Amino acid sequence: MELKLITAIIKPFKIDDVKAGLKAIGVDGLTVTEVHGFGRQRGHTEVYRGAEYEIDFVPKLKLEIITSANQVDEIVNALVASASTGSIGDGKIWVSPLETVVRVRTDERGSDAI
Amino acid sequence: MNTTDTLWVILSAALVLFMTPGLALFYGGMVRSKNVLAIMMNSLAAMAVVTVIWVAIAGSLSFGDDLGGGLLGNLSLAGLAHIPSSLPGLSGVHASSLSVLLYQMMFAIITAALISGGTTDRIKFSSFVVLISIWTVAVYAPLAHWVFSPNGWLAQRGVLDFAGGTVVEINSGFSTLAVVLVLGPRKGWPRDSMTPHSVPLSLLGLGILWFGWLGFNGGSSLAMNDVAVSAVLNTQLAAAAGLIGWLIYERTTEHYATTLGAASGGVAGMVAITPCAGFVQPYAALIIGLIAGLACAKAVRMKFKLGIDDSLDVLGVHGVGGVIGMVLLGLFATKSINPAGADGLLQGGGFALLADELLAILVTASFAFGVTWLIAQAISKTIGLRVSEEDELKGLDLTQHAESAYSGGGSGRFSS
Repeated sequence: MELKLITAIIKPFKIDDVKAGLKAIGVDGLTVTEVHGFGRQRGHTEVYRGAEYEIDFVPKLKLEIITSANQVDEIVNALVASASTGSIGDGKIWVSPLETVVRVRTDERGSDAI
Repeated sequence: MNTTDTLWVILSAALVLFMTPGLALFYGGMVRSKNVLAIMMNSLAAMAVVTVIWVAIAGSLSFGDDLGGGLLGNLSLAGLAHIPSSLPGLSGVHASSLSVLLYQMMFAIITAALISGGTTDRIKFSSFVVLISIWTVAVYAPLAHWVFSPNGWLAQRGVLDFAGGTVVEINSGFSTLAVVLVLGPRKGWPRDSMTPHSVPLSLLGLGILWFGWLGFNGGSSLAMNDVAVSAVLNTQLAAAAGLIGWLIYERTTEHYATTLGAASGGVAGMVAITPCAGFVQPYAALIIGLIAGLACAKAVRMKFKLGIDDSLDVLGVHGVGGVIGMVLLGLFATKSINPAGADGLLQGGGFALLADELLAILVTASFAFGVTWLIAQAISKTIGLRVSEEDELKGLDLTQHAESAYSGGGSGRFSS
């Protein structure tokens, strides 16, 4: 079975909705990283004693999900449904091919390791 | 010796001492996380080094028998070994002489620690220690003698300064300016982002400063009397008005009332009331605090135009606030609060007091700036004042103290 890596950038406060949405369709593995970046959503300005600082890098969460290719559309649809607020800065999702996956405990390979 | 007065002075000494770790938090929150330990260490160093120097010599130079002309005390109190029942010129004080010297020690500590607010992120730890050691003897002690000892030449002229508008506030402001000019700005200032790493830490620091300042000003009566109560009340009022004034400035010019602005305004109000606390009516304390809050909020925004990296605004808050307090004391001082004081211009006393206060401002600012500049230059040309550019980029916590404030912060460690 072909393997895929789904990477999603989302708004941090949406993480609980996203987690629930993924669990509902049977996804049982997820890695989350706190990241900073910018896209079309602009950063913000902070002011300390009158000194203005442009904060360009906005905090986001990066989600990584490993899956077999036949589940990709379902997972992406669930991510879009649960992470969307309709306003700018909701994030991005991309899907990339994966060479292989290994479960460290048992040394299982490929889709058995998901 | 009066036990109640002595108790008040010792209690106040503890309150003033507590302000220095409060300052360490206030300042520590405002710097980047790679320099927080270093600036807190500057306050800790002041607590230790100035204590020793004060007992050894500086206390005596400040409060010993006058050497002549009201310029400096002699070494009669050196080592605090032989303490007279009343200090020279202070025969009207009934708190124990040793308690007064202990109390005054805490003022020298925090004034030295204040300098770190300008020099942070780039001064070598060893050089900071050498700087405040020489400075306590050559700058602080003479000023304390001139103003706080009744035999000092400014006190003899009739200058009023209840708790250190000159000796602490204007002195720290202009001393810091001198060191900052020798040091130069932080690398990347003002282009790079140098945002506070923890505003809550600064707000906690403000709380401790506010608490301690009640003893800083209240204890300066050196007696448990009505003047002490006025001083405590006026400190509270000026802190409140200063906080309000700073926020009014921010809301009307920049649309946001910031928490760091509120904290800074509280400090500005207390700075300005410091010389006035035991000499003015409550309504005057409100006016003094409000003006200081507005003016210091404006002042700290001017360093960018002047190109002077007084990093945490020691000149803009303590220097400017101290000047405002001394000038307004010349207007609002009244004998109805303190019979040992004087009446200011608005209290029917004429221009005499205001003229004395202006003289004290000029003398303090120029003496503090001039002598501190010489000390900073001497250190800069011998052992060096500033860390290497590489160390500055890595941060002073790591390069000066081999520590990092927050686990994993910049040191490559992982928690397990």
